[in-house]
Amino acid sequence: MTLANPADRGSASSSSGLAATLRHAKYVISENPVTGLAFGMFLVLIVAAAIGPYIVPYDPLASDTKAALQAPSWAHWFGTDQLGRDMFSRVIVATRLDMGIAIFSVALVFAAGGIAGIAAGFFGGWTDRIVGRISDTIMAFPLFVLAMGIVAALGNTVTNIVIATAIINFPLYVRVARAEAAIRRQSGFIQAARLTGNGEWRILLTQILPNILPIMMVQMSLTMGYAILNAAGLSFIGLGVRPPTPEWGIMVAEGSAFIVSGEWWIALFPGLALMFAVFCFNLLGDGLRDIVDPQRRT
Amino acid sequence: MHGVIDMTQATTLTPAEEARGPLLEVHHLTVEFATRKGIVTAVKQVDLTVRKGETLGIVGESGSGKSVTSYTLMRILDRAGRIAEGTITFSGIDVANATERTMRDLRGREISMIFQNPRAALNPIRKVGDQIGDVLLHHLQAEPRNVKAKVIEILEQVRIARPQERYHAYPFELSGGMCQRIVIALALACQPQLLIADEPTTGLDVTTQKAVMDLVTELTRARGMSTILITHDLGLAATYCDTVVVMEKGKVVETAPAEQIFRAPQHPYTQKLVRATPRPGIALSDLLPEAPAVPSPLPVGERSAPQAMGEGAQTSSQMPDPVHAAPLLKVENLLKEYPRQGVPMGFFAGLMGKKAPPEDALFRAVDGLSFEVKKGESVGLVGESGCGKSTTSTIVMRLIDATSGKITFDGMDIGAIPAKEFAHHPMRRRIQMVFQDPTDSLNPRYTAARAIADPLLRMGEQFGIRGAAQMRAKVEELATMAGLPLDLLDRFPHQLSGGQKARVGIARAIALKPDLVILDEPTAALDVSVQAVVLNLLEELKQTLGMSYLFVSHDLHVVRLLCDRVIVMRQGKMVEEGTSEQVLEAPKAAYTRELIAAIPHPPV
Repeated sequence: MTLANPADRGSASSSSGLAATLRHAKYVISENPVTGLAFGMFLVLIVAAAIGPYIVPYDPLASDTKAALQAPSWAHWFGTDQLGRDMFSRVIVATRLDMGIAIFSVALVFAAGGIAGIAAGFFGGWTDRIVGRISDTIMAFPLFVLAMGIVAALGNTVTNIVIATAIINFPLYVRVARAEAAIRRQSGFIQAARLTGNGEWRILLTQILPNILPIMMVQMSLTMGYAILNAAGLSFIGLGVRPPTPEWGIMVAEGSAFIVSGEWWIALFPGLALMFAVFCFNLLGDGLRDIVDPQRRT
Repeated sequence: MHGVIDMTQATTLTPAEEARGPLLEVHHLTVEFATRKGIVTAVKQVDLTVRKGETLGIVGESGSGKSVTSYTLMRILDRAGRIAEGTITFSGIDVANATERTMRDLRGREISMIFQNPRAALNPIRKVGDQIGDVLLHHLQAEPRNVKAKVIEILEQVRIARPQERYHAYPFELSGGMCQRIVIALALACQPQLLIADEPTTGLDVTTQKAVMDLVTELTRARGMSTILITHDLGLAATYCDTVVVMEKGKVVETAPAEQIFRAPQHPYTQKLVRATPRPGIALSDLLPEAPAVPSPLPVGERSAPQAMGEGAQTSSQMPDPVHAAPLLKVENLLKEYPRQGVPMGFFAGLMGKKAPPEDALFRAVDGLSFEVKKGESVGLVGESGCGKSTTSTIVMRLIDATSGKITFDGMDIGAIPAKEFAHHPMRRRIQMVFQDPTDSLNPRYTAARAIADPLLRMGEQFGIRGAAQMRAKVEELATMAGLPLDLLDRFPHQLSGGQKARVGIARAIALKPDLVILDEPTAALDVSVQAVVLNLLEELKQTLGMSYLFVSHDLHVVRLLCDRVIVMRQGKMVEEGTSEQVLEAPKAAYTRELIAAIPHPPV
């Protein structure tokens, strides 16, 4: 193991490898403009999440009852809500929380579900049976109801939203990883790795996992959008994030009461932000696979 | 269903004219493919003529454009491909410009095709009888009420035993040879005038290959059909064809009657192919062209030596006399049993009332096999698929456990170490393997350098490699030994050719300086000219590094070139054992004689 790291770096040819990846990314984007659009949208989300709180024109929590329920104007681009808070500032600031929940839950489920699925497909037997039954049990519930139950039981915190979102996505990752690992279980290169003294867990992590990564990337990107919707949905029904924290789901929920009386902007703009994020991640999936998969490189 | 246009066109020639004139005429055919890197010309200015009742062989190595030519004749090219130039005339029809409707009628009824992988060509979830029936019904060769009788008649014609039963079989229930017979039945169902066989026997055993090719020849002769046989095997083409066309890089380099192609090849490329084809009475180094295309990086004293000793000399005489050497590997009474497939076991068997008798539930893949491999010796393990040779090599490799039996390696009972723990055993290093499929045996996400470094990272303590630079140097040394150009080391497997991938596999296998290398049909997926180079490389490495080889193969000619001793296996048992010359020239067992007879004998 001590020898592994330097040699890995040596054979990966660090600088030229990065340049090649960038060149390839450029090719993929120019070949498929939709991928370029998706990456552009992703960049907007990242910027909003990273520096949003420092650039917004108003304090997202400061209420100003004099300016309550104003329609969109030059002063307030997205209008103001019932407490006079600037909707534009709130929508931008909420990006960090919503993205954070999505990224952490996807990372968690990728680690847990991905590894469990690969192990199930690679080892088969009892590992497969146990992992399979766990994911079947999760699948047996309506997923959103299950998420509600988990958050209600564990307590109303952001951490628990992350955990609940990860749990309901677990079967999806297990299925994909298991199927892909089972295909490769009998491959010659797995046998070859055994011959060169790799243990079973090392084969799983160093030989099979990199081969499954491209398809997992697509899966992650798709569930990312789903995770954002799920977190917003939980907040919408009053679980998880609590007011006055800016969060898209809560904002839609709060705004929904005012649509009937004609103040459409309070629900519309957070809703559009949600749509923007989910759409972005769904588009991103395919482009990401093209970049990560070396088979597509020539 | 029938297009009116093509019917009239097809009947413009009288039968008498057809009999004399060519059935298919291809003139200046050029096929281009639009790819990411621009236009690629796969077939350049090809001229072919197939007369009625003639068998034409198209021979070439991978990338020669032979398959593209045949796809163009059927107009089943990919969307990216197009006919750039030239004409194709099939019994008066202009195939290059015919409508899709005309082509649909032509395919299957007038021209039909047999593909390389019979299992992939059949629908896996439909009964084979129904699949043949579909073709008959589609081309109005049968009525729904008599279709079953007709199908069974056809199955009888392709010599499928118990056709009534097999009508209801699914492709996965049949062997490879049996599936190919079904595909032949499909292709011949509508009595076409031209049959295109694209590598029909690649992947089949020699005896099956002979049976299938004899069947095709017999059936097409009886019907006065023409055949185009596409193959990489010059011997096969010369044996079964009237005329042989040799293609290289999309061009036809030589067209000659089959008798002449081996006796007097004209074009240098044909000469190279003829030379590289393993056949009786030649030595390993004879396979290579006079001036080796790839100069060997090794100081080769051995290479010219066998030539100097004359034709048919034993290459083994170069090595330490294997007869008196100590046994490196000793296998005694090896037995491996598997539960028989399709036999319901345990709970469900009881539930369905299908209690199988216990002796039927077990299948013996290896049945009491004993043999030895001495130091510096090459032993060939020969047999057809399912004979247990791969199971044996996998057990010796310690990747799976035997049911019973003893495996002694250099005095140590390695059979007693469970396969699961052997990966971490110090003995692991000393037994290595070169795999059959060079593509499948390399991780698609690892560069060539990373693949070669893998064994060194895990078990290379004795080399004392420190840091990336030393590792790189060691990898380059191994690549040089295996004849892999160093600038290819940072490529991924899909960027390498078959021969280059084979070299990566060999470099990886020799990285740990093993004592025994198991070669599992290391050249089965390679072109003959590449096979010649790889076989010579393996022989050189054996001489330099003093390794022993256990060579697993179905091809007796290839085994003879590399091995001192040959073991012929059938149904898990040893049928015959002896020196390569003995077994090939004076086989004792009837089965060995059958195997040798099945190898195509081109008219020399």
